[in-house]
Amino acid sequence: MTADLKKTHFELFELPAAFDLDQAQLAARYRELQRAVHPDRYASASDQERRLSVQLTAQVNEAYQTLRAPLRRARYLLALHGVVIDDQDTAMDPLFLMEQMELREALAEVRGAADPFAALDGVRGRLEGMERAFVASLSVDLGRATAEALGAAKQTVRKMQFIQRLLEECGDLEERLVHS
Amino acid sequence: MAYSDKVIDHYENPRNVGTFEKEEENVGTGMVGAPACGDVMRLQIKVSDDGIIEDAKFKTYGCGSAIASSSLVTEWVKGKTLDQALEIKNSEIAEELALPPVKIHCSVLAEDAIRAAINDYQAKKGGKGGA
Repeated sequence: MTADLKKTHFELFELPAAFDLDQAQLAARYRELQRAVHPDRYASASDQERRLSVQLTAQVNEAYQTLRAPLRRARYLLALHGVVIDDQDTAMDPLFLMEQMELREALAEVRGAADPFAALDGVRGRLEGMERAFVASLSVDLGRATAEALGAAKQTVRKMQFIQRLLEECGDLEERLVHS
Repeated sequence: MAYSDKVIDHYENPRNVGTFEKEEENVGTGMVGAPACGDVMRLQIKVSDDGIIEDAKFKTYGCGSAIASSSLVTEWVKGKTLDQALEIKNSEIAEELALPPVKIHCSVLAEDAIRAAINDYQAKKGGKGGA
């Protein structure tokens, strides 16, 4: 058990610090690391080692959850590059916001639609298409990693947060439609 | 977390929900969004020839506090000059609605929306050589 809580998530998983990563490799490393640091293995070890095992387990889980999801991974990579996203900043591309309004309106109309499930799938399909396009541009911009590209990646991450929230709302709405 | 009575009142009976024609030259449109919570707010002002905000409309997708904040500011800006409207601070909105600290960003969104609407109006007028 190597005690290094200062490692970046990428270092911990022995992966290059890049947006594009091999999900299968990530999952395999996760299982290995989990096994290596699991508190059960340190049941008879010293207090200090047991505490460390618990800390490392938490670190491994946090790292995995961060690296696994594209949005969190992009945010994390930007932070490693020193690009911080200010959540209080409300200025956004007006065209993007108009599209958000429109998508919200479409989602609000799902319930009253002749076929609510089809209407919901329509909205969700648009959101998923946008998400795919954002992931593709993050791959390019974070790969390039120039100041300009990082700035663009930051805007993409901010937009993806809206899409993620809307996709969550689609999921909630589907639950309610199923149970109503 | 409990909403204050004023938030509930604005949430249940929102004032001035709607739209003005964006292209009209005496209309300013402000669109803002909060990435952290995914809230989107559109606030529009209609300005008279002598520079008074005579009417305001909003549409907000978000939590009760965001809706209440935008509803409240549409009431507040009416009858004000643009300069007076720019003086509205998010802290005043938060205080009026008794917003808890975690909802302060909703009042920030509303303040930013007024600024964006006024900027849009002034940019339109500026383009025509006016004030």
